[in-house]
Amino acid sequence: MEHTVKVANPIKPKQYKSAIKPVWCPGCGHYAVLNAITKALAQLALANEQVALLSGIGCSSRVPAYTSVYGFHGIHGRALALASGLKAARPELTVLVAGGDGDGLSIGGNHFIHACRRNMDMTYIIMDNEVYGMTKGQASPTTAPDWTKSKLTPHGTGLRPFQPAALALAAGASFIARGFSGDPNGLARMLVAAIEHKGFSVVQALSPCPTFRPEHMDWKHQIRAFEHDSTGDAILAAQRIQADDGQSTGIIYQRELPVWQPITRNSGSIDQFEQEFCV
Amino acid sequence: MPSTQRQDLSIAITGSGGAGVVSAGTLLLDMAAELGHYGLMRKAYGPQIRGGESAALLRLSTRPVHCMDDGFDLLLALDWQNTDRFAAEIPLSADSLIIADPAAGEIPAAISQSGAQIEPLPLKALAGETEGGRANMVALGLLARWLGFDHSAAQALIGAAYAGKGETIVSNSLASFERGFDTVLKHPPAQVLSTGGSAAPRWQLSGNEGCGLGALRGGVRFAAAYPITPASEMLEWLAPRLEQLGGSLLQAEDELASINMVIGASYGGVPAMTATSGPGLALMLEGFGLAIASETPVVVVNVMRGGPSTGIPTKSEQTDLNIALYGMHGDAPHLVLAALDTADCVFCTEWAVRLSEALQAAAIVLSDQGLAQSRALIDQPERRALQIPPRSLATDDGPYLRYALTEDGVSPMAIPGLENGMYTADGLEHAQSGKPSSAAADHSAQLDKRQRKLENHDYGADWAETSGGGDTAIITWGSSTGAAREARQRLAEAGHEVRLISMRLLLPASVEAMNKALEGVGRIVVVEQSHSQQFYHYLRAYYDLDVAIEVLARPGPLPITPGEIVNRILQQG
Repeated sequence: MEHTVKVANPIKPKQYKSAIKPVWCPGCGHYAVLNAITKALAQLALANEQVALLSGIGCSSRVPAYTSVYGFHGIHGRALALASGLKAARPELTVLVAGGDGDGLSIGGNHFIHACRRNMDMTYIIMDNEVYGMTKGQASPTTAPDWTKSKLTPHGTGLRPFQPAALALAAGASFIARGFSGDPNGLARMLVAAIEHKGFSVVQALSPCPTFRPEHMDWKHQIRAFEHDSTGDAILAAQRIQADDGQSTGIIYQRELPVWQPITRNSGSIDQFEQEFCV
Repeated sequence: MPSTQRQDLSIAITGSGGAGVVSAGTLLLDMAAELGHYGLMRKAYGPQIRGGESAALLRLSTRPVHCMDDGFDLLLALDWQNTDRFAAEIPLSADSLIIADPAAGEIPAAISQSGAQIEPLPLKALAGETEGGRANMVALGLLARWLGFDHSAAQALIGAAYAGKGETIVSNSLASFERGFDTVLKHPPAQVLSTGGSAAPRWQLSGNEGCGLGALRGGVRFAAAYPITPASEMLEWLAPRLEQLGGSLLQAEDELASINMVIGASYGGVPAMTATSGPGLALMLEGFGLAIASETPVVVVNVMRGGPSTGIPTKSEQTDLNIALYGMHGDAPHLVLAALDTADCVFCTEWAVRLSEALQAAAIVLSDQGLAQSRALIDQPERRALQIPPRSLATDDGPYLRYALTEDGVSPMAIPGLENGMYTADGLEHAQSGKPSSAAADHSAQLDKRQRKLENHDYGADWAETSGGGDTAIITWGSSTGAAREARQRLAEAGHEVRLISMRLLLPASVEAMNKALEGVGRIVVVEQSHSQQFYHYLRAYYDLDVAIEVLARPGPLPITPGEIVNRILQQG
């Protein structure tokens, strides 16, 4: 697939990379997610200055500085709000948001469901490693209930994990996909489709953490493609998500839904508003 | 009523929520405007949307007024529902007059114990005489006649006010108004406002509208916000107007989102603001810190209400000063400003936006419920041309350092779309390029830069409003200014010159300007509406005040009155 991308488009992914060396551990899945993002941007031949990549806090949220598009490394959980403000004010920009499972689904959970509901035209990449890495290995909302390796939850969380795709679907996202850092080309293709989709696109990128979840290095043997093509039928999509173990990849759901963008026009003046105060 | 010839009159109209006392009060302000008078209407209401207590507290005058008087000349009660909840906000005396409907029941003890004269009037029955009659319009007619307002001008104002609600409402309102206008009170008419009006153009607006206008004048074209009392009207005023100016207002899912959306829009090059009140400000502060660290200009207008926690949402208090000054974690230089009166809501907010843009700084503008929800009849505010440059923008030549260490601390900002300006804005401490850095030298250099850009700016004379002379100084801030101004004036008229320093710019502190303003002062009286004396402690922290200091501080909801400031000055002066 890499070969095809290069032939189809002379722009190289490295045009979208910065010179800053990532803080990630050796073997971290996030390197491949970064590669997939830059590949997708190259394939779409987007001008660097017309793209903004925003993030919150966490290992994955470091990603904007490793690219050479406009970036914003904000605060924990609020990347989608930051991005929604930017998109509302600058609708012509291509707006991407990236962050981890804790950032997006725990502290930023409210913004996630409302961003899905608002369906603004931007792309959200959840780099899901089922753990808080930057704070040294605590359970996240996608961690299995019986994972006992964290000192913070020595008995495990005892809580059923969120299924990000199900959450996104219920909240009204119009594009939902699940990819894998072990298949960066497949992830890049998914990101191209997500960016091209008009509306809020959610791409859950399974991206193992070799340091705190070494057992997930086996994901490469477990993760497989969905048997089905994507659907625009929410009930069918819900059934497929629920029937799956969370390890099938592909575009799950895509549907044209009203894209929200604030209504604006140039029809008034401040002088006119001031007249309203005159008595 | 002491006299029928006074140039200043205070009227309270009370009724249950939804009875239309505020509509009647607003129209009374309009009628006063027709005669060239000034006025202020404060709203006193409870948390209920309908059926709770409600009062329009009006002061009409031939001179500009910026605060409530010490007491009320007239209380007109449509009913007595829950009146005891705000009786303390309507001080009456034996000179006051109460007009009340006997059908509404006995006058509550909290009201009658004032010894005010009482004139019973069957308001409800008068309203019932016409189809769809309303007691508030009867009251309006009664007051218009009693105040000597022009009959046809009053009719025209009612017609205009209800035109949008259909012909039936207009004709019903007018019929009730006539019933009131035809009613002659036993008490002699108050001709107080029949003379002395001026023809200068007037505005009638609320502080919330004033802040909204100031934001637009300053260049704000994006707002994101979450509804909260008592700031919502500012947002409701802004929403359609931002839209008409090519901008927009986004209703966010919460205040955490609001502030971050505003930062996102401003990062995109569009001047942006949000408005909130105490609880919302508390939620916004982490984001506000991001604006400071990433040097993204934003303005938060915080309309103070009684706190802490949910506190008293519908009542005023000057108690978000501490959180505005000190609420941030880390060393986080920012701007804190306070509007002094309704007209100043316009100026102060415009100033805040322009400073924020020029200095790439985060600003908090403090207003309060008393300012924000009061309607004022004022001289049309002059529009000053502020000599503040716009946001410094990067150009696309040469390698770009977003956080370059410049002499004035302001680094040109690249806006997405600019070729070769790509950088990553960061709340992590960073090097000049924006690259995250925990190096001591970078931290120190960036801290210096962020402080330098605020402290080196020349804020000129606008840091405070100063007036008067003598060796006693009143120092106050924000909305307590109205009462302090009037106290100073009353004292001056009685031959006691005092100085008034009313602070508009709280951060950064104007230490030299304050020293100059206090030259020769031997006694300071600090005036604020706070139980814990937040403003006094702020003054102690930042300024060299080595003279005797007294504090006149009281929590909300009762506003500080001119009379009590006068008394305090005379008591020990």
